[in-house]
Amino acid sequence: MPEIKVTPLGAGQDVGRSCILVSIGGKNIMLDCGMHMGYNDDRRFPDFSYITQNGRLTDFLDCVIISHFHLDHCGALPYMSEMVGYDGPIYMTHPTKAICPILLEDFRKITVDKKGETNFFTSQMIKDCMKKVIPLNLHQTVQVDDELEIKAYYAGHVLGAAMVHIKVGSESVVYTGDYNMTPDRHLGAAWIDKCRPDILISESTYATTIRDSKRCRERDFLKKVHESIERGGKVLIPVFALGRAQELCILLETFWERMNLKAPIYFSTGLTEKANHYYKLFITWTNQKIRKTFVQRNMFEFKHIKAFDRSYADNPGPMVVFATPGMLHAGQSLQIFKKWAGNEKNMVNPFPEQRKLDVKMQVEYMSFSAHADAKGIMQLIRMAEPRNMLLVHGEAAKMEFLKGKIEQEFNCYMPANGETTSVITNPSVPVDMSLNLLKREMALGGPLPDPKKPRAMHGTLIMKENSLKLVSSEQALKELGLNEHQLRFTCRVQLQDPHSDSDTLHRIYTHLKSLLKDYTIQHLPDGTVMVESIVIKVSSSAEDANSKVLLLSWSYQDEDLGSYLSSLLKKGLPT
Amino acid sequence: MAAHLKKRVYEEFSRVVQIPHEEAPAKKLRLSKPSKSAALHIDLCKATNSTDALQYLLQFARKPVEVESVEGVIRILLEHYYKETDNSVRLKIASLLGLLSKTNGFSPDCVVDDVINTLGNEKSHQVLAQLLDTLLVVGTQLPESPAVRPRLVEVACKLLSDTYFGVRNKCLQLLGCLGMVDTPLAKDSDGPSSSIGGVRDVQSIISNYFSDQDPRVRTAALKAMLQLHERGLKIHQIIYEQACRLLSDDYEQVRSAAVQIVWVLSQLYPESIVPIPSSNEEIRLVDDAFGKISHMVSDGSWMVRVQAAKTLGSMLQVSPHFLEQTLDKKLMSDLRRKRTAHERAKELFASGEFSSGRKWADDAPKEKLDTNTVNLIASGACGAFVHGLEDEMFEVRIAAVEALCQLARSSPSFAEKCLDFLVDMFNDEIEEVRLQSIHVLREISTHITLREDQLDTVLAVLEDSSRDIREALHELLCYTNVSTKECIQLALLDLLKNLNKYPTDRNSVWKCLKFLGSRHPTLVLPLVPELLSTHPYFDTPEPDMDDPAYIAVLVLVFNAAKSCPTMPALFSDHTFRHYAYLRDSLSHLVPPLRLPGRKQVYSLDSVDPGCGSGSVESAKLFLQQSLNRVSTIQNLETPGAQDLLNFTIRDLQRLGELQTELAGAADFCATYLRCQLLLMKALQEKLWNMAVPLCLKQNVTATAAAQQILEETYKLEFLYSGLESRQVATIHHVRLQAKALQLILTARTRPGLDLLISSCEKFLQEIESFQRMFLTELPHLQDGFVDKLLELMPRLLSCKPVELVKILQSSLRQSGLLQLRLPEQIHRASATIIEPTGESDNPLRFTTGLVVALDIDATLEHVQEPQDKVKVQVLYPDGQSHVIHPKPADFRNPGPNRHRLITQVYLSHTAWTEPSQVEVRLLLAYSSSSSSPSSSIKSGWSDSIDGLPPAEAAVEGTIPFSKPVKVYIMPKPARR
Repeated sequence: MPEIKVTPLGAGQDVGRSCILVSIGGKNIMLDCGMHMGYNDDRRFPDFSYITQNGRLTDFLDCVIISHFHLDHCGALPYMSEMVGYDGPIYMTHPTKAICPILLEDFRKITVDKKGETNFFTSQMIKDCMKKVIPLNLHQTVQVDDELEIKAYYAGHVLGAAMVHIKVGSESVVYTGDYNMTPDRHLGAAWIDKCRPDILISESTYATTIRDSKRCRERDFLKKVHESIERGGKVLIPVFALGRAQELCILLETFWERMNLKAPIYFSTGLTEKANHYYKLFITWTNQKIRKTFVQRNMFEFKHIKAFDRSYADNPGPMVVFATPGMLHAGQSLQIFKKWAGNEKNMVNPFPEQRKLDVKMQVEYMSFSAHADAKGIMQLIRMAEPRNMLLVHGEAAKMEFLKGKIEQEFNCYMPANGETTSVITNPSVPVDMSLNLLKREMALGGPLPDPKKPRAMHGTLIMKENSLKLVSSEQALKELGLNEHQLRFTCRVQLQDPHSDSDTLHRIYTHLKSLLKDYTIQHLPDGTVMVESIVIKVSSSAEDANSKVLLLSWSYQDEDLGSYLSSLLKKGLPT
Repeated sequence: MAAHLKKRVYEEFSRVVQIPHEEAPAKKLRLSKPSKSAALHIDLCKATNSTDALQYLLQFARKPVEVESVEGVIRILLEHYYKETDNSVRLKIASLLGLLSKTNGFSPDCVVDDVINTLGNEKSHQVLAQLLDTLLVVGTQLPESPAVRPRLVEVACKLLSDTYFGVRNKCLQLLGCLGMVDTPLAKDSDGPSSSIGGVRDVQSIISNYFSDQDPRVRTAALKAMLQLHERGLKIHQIIYEQACRLLSDDYEQVRSAAVQIVWVLSQLYPESIVPIPSSNEEIRLVDDAFGKISHMVSDGSWMVRVQAAKTLGSMLQVSPHFLEQTLDKKLMSDLRRKRTAHERAKELFASGEFSSGRKWADDAPKEKLDTNTVNLIASGACGAFVHGLEDEMFEVRIAAVEALCQLARSSPSFAEKCLDFLVDMFNDEIEEVRLQSIHVLREISTHITLREDQLDTVLAVLEDSSRDIREALHELLCYTNVSTKECIQLALLDLLKNLNKYPTDRNSVWKCLKFLGSRHPTLVLPLVPELLSTHPYFDTPEPDMDDPAYIAVLVLVFNAAKSCPTMPALFSDHTFRHYAYLRDSLSHLVPPLRLPGRKQVYSLDSVDPGCGSGSVESAKLFLQQSLNRVSTIQNLETPGAQDLLNFTIRDLQRLGELQTELAGAADFCATYLRCQLLLMKALQEKLWNMAVPLCLKQNVTATAAAQQILEETYKLEFLYSGLESRQVATIHHVRLQAKALQLILTARTRPGLDLLISSCEKFLQEIESFQRMFLTELPHLQDGFVDKLLELMPRLLSCKPVELVKILQSSLRQSGLLQLRLPEQIHRASATIIEPTGESDNPLRFTTGLVVALDIDATLEHVQEPQDKVKVQVLYPDGQSHVIHPKPADFRNPGPNRHRLITQVYLSHTAWTEPSQVEVRLLLAYSSSSSSPSSSIKSGWSDSIDGLPPAEAAVEGTIPFSKPVKVYIMPKPARR
């Protein structure tokens, strides 16, 4: 039986270093190629030796697909393509292709320059790797080769995040990457059509969470910032450079606009600035509001948000600063935090401080996250209507719960890293049918084919050079250059009858005539009786004149009638 | 140069309409066109190949065909059709047949036979579909024809089995439009319709195609079913199950149509019981449908989501249990139950604590959940609105907000529950959604009381930079109930902040505080010392009387004091003085108070409008009595009648001032009586006995009176809303009298015979049209002028003008006063220009030839369709006047019968030597033809027919209905 095999090299019952191998219809595909943030050793990258012990991966993989630019989904890409060796196509969306190298370069800098690691990929390797990338558009079907096709769908989450639909013949797999089913201030909600894949590989970060509405969180956030600003305080918002930062910027920017506020908002320079540039460009990937209003004004061209300079931190008066990194453990955000912590008017949002510091400033915690919650996952399942479900990118205990829920309806798998799940499919085999034959069969049945009932038909299946054709038998003979052979069955029936041969024949004729009213029965002058196309002859046996031998002969097509006649005649004639 | 520039500027910036003084009578032309059929025939014969023929047909289709030649054209087209082999040409001919059948005044039943015949021979599916479309047109043109309909239905049934989807679509459409209306009847009478030709039930035929393989056909089938419903047929409940299955169809248009069908069924059979699959329980159909449609709110296609959200709002019969589920959201985090932010806010409020977010994870989940109880696959109505309100597309969100509003209005408990969600929507990213949710909250505010934390969120919006939002919020606060005195304080503080930030909101904020005060007197009471900053021992400084914030506080306090007699005891001396001042200057905001020892303040207002409904009753009685008194006047010559009228008019005017609710009615009566008085004066005896040359002067006054009466009648007719046809007839009657008076005066002064004859004819025509228009009202006009004239009508038609004038004169003088019957509600349209105030001494300076924009802010009351009617007039000191049509978008509708006009008008003029004032006022445009219902129906093919001339020559004009405001401007000469 044909089957689809899925093996996670990373992200199996785990969050981090997403890397999933799929073999479908004889094709091998790698979905995402990420790194693990938690490790600094070999566990950082997926174990590519699973694919091959030595040599390059090119021979074993048909393509690599990257869902979005987060490092846990693309961090190992240069390592795999340049250091392990892969020359095949790498697919990602346009925004991902634009932003991914910035993040990789940043990652490389921190690892090599700051931590001093050796044997790491170089800037050149990142460049070479990106040369192998083929960009994807949303809803564009891309033929990787003759049989394998992929199609990207919008996934929300971050700019350029995509879900991919992978199809070989009639077998298909959908990989969601990370996605978000609730829209936010700058991105829309994930959407997929009812493609009914064999397997849906879904992330399950929030498998056991149902979230509150986004509005409450936003309102809370805005209210707290606003109050602090009104008191004349300074607000520090530690963020990671990409993703949520842009959402919060838009949120504050529109709020400032609406409420006519004047306090400055600053954004730490560097990485974020570069990324903002791409957000401006890829307007089509954002949500309805930004898409519709960008003609008047591009929402990412911030009016109130300016680049931050170190010296601004000492400026008097209220201000809001977005600073990296989000963990508040180093860098700019920590510096500013130390400076402002002494004043109770100021506010920080959202992470706690561990070292001893006299913190008088207020600390508020907020979480903005862009993964689908349990209900969102179910909603996606309902949209796509898959036959099987496979959970990755989540903690095992949480997956267990969701798995239980899903299994009420259909199969659900949650393989660990390196564990292979195979799903048996029964792909339908498409066959070309000749138009003549179709029309002939249509004429026999009702006017319209009933889509719900299968129908039997006669025809010849020709398999030639990987193509299947269903044609009428005459055409098949002609095409194959064969002569038509007739298959006839003959059968002798012993009959005790004292009459002469011709009389017996006549008696048979009248007998059949009386029984089979609907058939044409002829008594031919050459001493035979024809029932339709069945020939009946009589000859007396040599030894006994009374016992006659009836010779029946019929063609293969008239098998039913022929066997009926033979059994009928075996019973003898009426006296 | 300047003039030239100015002209250019006007062209670019505003539409200016000069009121035409005289209208030249339009000349009527009747163009006769050469027969089109002949030309078409020649063209088609000339065509050598199908492309040419197609070109000719396309050209032909651009021009209309007159009714007389339609038949001929159709014959020629059909003839050509039979000959034509090319599909596209046949298709075009078929579509032309349909277009031609739509021609007004042409009866298309002759087309039917031909088209049905051609159907039989047609091979091309596309052409077949087009032919069926033609039949559909014919069928809709002849909806009642008993001969055509069964034939068409039969044809449709026959072709339903076609393999091409277009043909099946059209057949289903035909069935939907023309399917047997009498099938439901067939049940009880077992009647003839079911036996005729063995026609099956149209509904079952259509419902067979619910499971067609082509989604377009499925959609068409659903639509056809809806069409049947719209035509008044009762859809059977059997299809409910099928329709529900289509809700999960792969194609969005099918799902969208299925939502509609399910909704229709839920409205038709709300109470019937349906089983729940996979259990033994049963529920009401409307609940089941509600659950299913709720499910569609999280559909993949936003069109379907909008449809579903809209539909939910109109399912009012749903049981409260299901309704409340739509707002249900059970949160969890790591499999632990988590409280929603709404619940937390409520608890915090209950515990009296007001901090949140200070502790790490104060929203941390606590109790552990049983995995079996968590329901992830949203079933039924669960959380439908939670999803709808968070949707990506603002169309869906708006639809959801509207649906919430409709449902909340009918269910107070639901209103209470959805409050949190609506308040959340105040923070939406799209202004339209925010505005809509504020409006919605206002509409349901009678059911709810805001908690402090909710009010806090609501008030945060007061700082919005959009004026519309702020004003909508003020409007909302006017109707809001709050629970504690802290709420009042909070609201006051925020409103004062708003006033400080946006001083232009002054009026709106004051008005808001007025209502807030009068709604919550007991809550304001404990706040009074603090608000007025009085102190038991110390004298506090007297606040500045011109400070808008102080006025705002006073408005709140005084309005609360109205129903709280103990409050004035807390006032200090200057407060009483300020009260007296504000009572005079802002009387609409400050109510009359019973202040101890200050009776003189309100002694004037003996008829206190605040004394409850009793006074309204008595005022009504008074109004009626006055009218009765007037009706005793037998005819216009009764002695003492003039005095009586004079007094009554005075009484009515005063009544209108005192009793705002009756202002419209009293005003209306007074104006009517004034017309009568004028008429009476003009007809005074001594005037008419003198020889013509001697009484020139009197003639002039009489002419002026007639003119004035005419103007007043137009005001009566168009300025007041709520008039019934009886009153309109009375007004027209007065107008007729005035016109008669004019005629008499014309006859006396200018005895030119031609002119006289023509004006007599015109007058007679007017009498006739009056008779036609008010046929039903004539019995009420007995003893009136018209009644007399109609009696004499045969004589009038035959007699000479001089004689006619004599008859008119005598009947005018003898006819009695028509008694005015008042309708239930009558309102006078009024407008107040809030801005510009006209108080500024600084002239608006601008360079001549350029323009200056003047902001206008006005409120309009009781004006129907202000977008078409209200205009702004600018009157320059040199007598020039410009009329400007504001854009439709400049009108907002803040409440019932109220509109707000916020617009800019552009002023320009040649240079002046010193600043001077221009007058700005609002005009109400009217047109007497607009009152007749069939105004103008235009269709593609009917432009050859001239519209029937209106019964009465349309009189158009404008009525100024606001006080003019003077604006000081100064156009400076341009510096070169």
